Amino acid sequence: MAEQTDQIGNRQTPVISPGYTFGTVTDKISSIVLTRPTSNGWFVGFGISFLLLMMLLYAAGYLFVRGIGIWGVNIPIGWGFAIVNFVWWIGIGHAGTLISAILLLLRQSWRNSINRFAEAMTLFAVACAGTFPLLHLGRPWLFYWLFPYPNTMTYWPQFRSPLVWDVFAVSTYFTISLLFWFIGLIPDLGTLRDRSENRWARIVYGILAMGWRGSARHWHRYESAYLLLAGLATPLVLSVHTVVSFDFAIGIVPGWHTTIFPPYFVAGAIYSGFAMVLMLAIPIRKVYGLEDFITERHLDNSAKIMLATGWIVAYGYGIEAFMGWYSGNTYDAYTLWNRLHGPYAPWYLSLLTCNILLPQLLWIRKVRTQPGLLFLVSAIILTGMWLERFIIVVVSLHRDFLTSSWGMYYPTRWDWATFLGTIGMFLTAMFLFVRILPMISIFEMRTLLPEAEVKAE
Amino acid sequence: MKRTPIYGIMAEFDSAQSLVLAARRTYEAGYRKIDAYSPFPVEDLAEAIGFHSNRVALVTLIGAIIGGLSGYLLQYWIATISYPINVGGRPYHSWPSFIVVTFEMTILFGGISAVFGMLALNGLPMPYHPVFNVPRFALASKDRFFLIVFATDPNYDAAGTRQFLESLAPRSISEVPS
Repeated sequence: MAEQTDQIGNRQTPVISPGYTFGTVTDKISSIVLTRPTSNGWFVGFGISFLLLMMLLYAAGYLFVRGIGIWGVNIPIGWGFAIVNFVWWIGIGHAGTLISAILLLLRQSWRNSINRFAEAMTLFAVACAGTFPLLHLGRPWLFYWLFPYPNTMTYWPQFRSPLVWDVFAVSTYFTISLLFWFIGLIPDLGTLRDRSENRWARIVYGILAMGWRGSARHWHRYESAYLLLAGLATPLVLSVHTVVSFDFAIGIVPGWHTTIFPPYFVAGAIYSGFAMVLMLAIPIRKVYGLEDFITERHLDNSAKIMLATGWIVAYGYGIEAFMGWYSGNTYDAYTLWNRLHGPYAPWYLSLLTCNILLPQLLWIRKVRTQPGLLFLVSAIILTGMWLERFIIVVVSLHRDFLTSSWGMYYPTRWDWATFLGTIGMFLTAMFLFVRILPMISIFEMRTLLPEAEVKAE
Repeated sequence: MKRTPIYGIMAEFDSAQSLVLAARRTYEAGYRKIDAYSPFPVEDLAEAIGFHSNRVALVTLIGAIIGGLSGYLLQYWIATISYPINVGGRPYHSWPSFIVVTFEMTILFGGISAVFGMLALNGLPMPYHPVFNVPRFALASKDRFFLIVFATDPNYDAAGTRQFLESLAPRSISEVPS
């Protein structure tokens, strides 16, 4: 592949392969949705995901009937899989906002070819995340009690509680992500409306495009709104996982009550999110032949971000261990000892292997640009991050201050069914998304082409 | 109401560069009720048709301030007046605990105002618009660039304006029926 040099003289693969025009970029991306026949592979993948989604509905339905006793949660481990999976999913969402908002503000134009499906990933991941605390409520049908609204019980939420902060943080995050994704889609929906042959597709895309016609005045306001939204989403995404970490850090349980949690949670979120972005991008670019748009450069850059955030996470583990020893607090010291030698020690050691040891392979350029290997490393990181949340939630709770209240956690088949079910929900939504919406932002790709440049006189 | 049969005259260009130049010359020629269409945001194009600033930022700021204030005041009112609960002897107005929700409400209202403010200022959703009557306009969302002089412009004159647009060397010219 042709290489070009950046500002400091390093040779690198271009963000978009040479030889494309406005027309060919448009055709290539929109044809995936409009003209290409749906492959058998798509149906198989969608079918499997859909079955898993049905399993989620079954597990949730049974939960509605029987209550959360069907899960493995009990005192002392009242949080279990529900909260592990909540934190894991919401962390995955963070990479999408980082790509769409923070990299936009930093003028990293390579983001233009991955931001659309990364934002979709954010939305679906946050939806999966939201499922867990709702089901964990015990009486999920009363979820609206979490919001402040005038009611006949003359009762209000307790705003000094981090759990109420979390409701606001997560629902704001979902709303803003949805708006960001949707306004990014409007011009492309206009393109699909103008290009689709099918009458119904034309009507549906037309309604969604809301009459977008690409007027210069509209673009001017559009760009202002897009930038402002990016500016608002940037502190928002940092706040979301910070607030999630407050759920733990505000409590006094040893292993939770620490000030390193907010930055360490945010870094972990981006770490796992980029791993998911790569696990989606690598098969998508292969199956749909998009190697010219999602180039080695994207894989390389994402891998570098994982390497950097991985070290922040490693620093977090280091500080946790150091403070366990340095604080001189018996309970903190015991938490550290228990992680390394207690009944969950194999889990903790796997966590260190998955999150710190194996990702060091990313220092090698070959690994960063070899899709197969990168896919594998990303899968390892996602596993590691899931284990991290398991360690934080379960291992901290299972042995706290009083030995009389120690216990063990055993997830049931319903815990696993719910977890795998949300993976099915996520993949079902992703499969539908790549089939009916342009998975790469067409108008932002056009701006990357050399012919888009306007010379000043 | 009298219905104008012609909405304007539209010229089609091949590149962003030629559209910006043409828009600039049209503006210099004294036309004010003009618009330009492109498949992606083109730098300087809004300036070229004499559109210099928009009010999206102002709308967003107002929304964000309303969101932040209402978030804080809601918590203050609930925690001190409507539903006071003594938690470990802390003051009812324990403001540090209220920062998170205030922040989230600021972002939420600011973001919603940015998006819906932009759509409202753009007059969207708009189910019908005369420019779509021109068959070639379907390419405006792909790879062509369009310039229109509206019939409401005081300098508009069917023959003269068409002649002027032809002097800009467009790829094609079409009348836009309303």
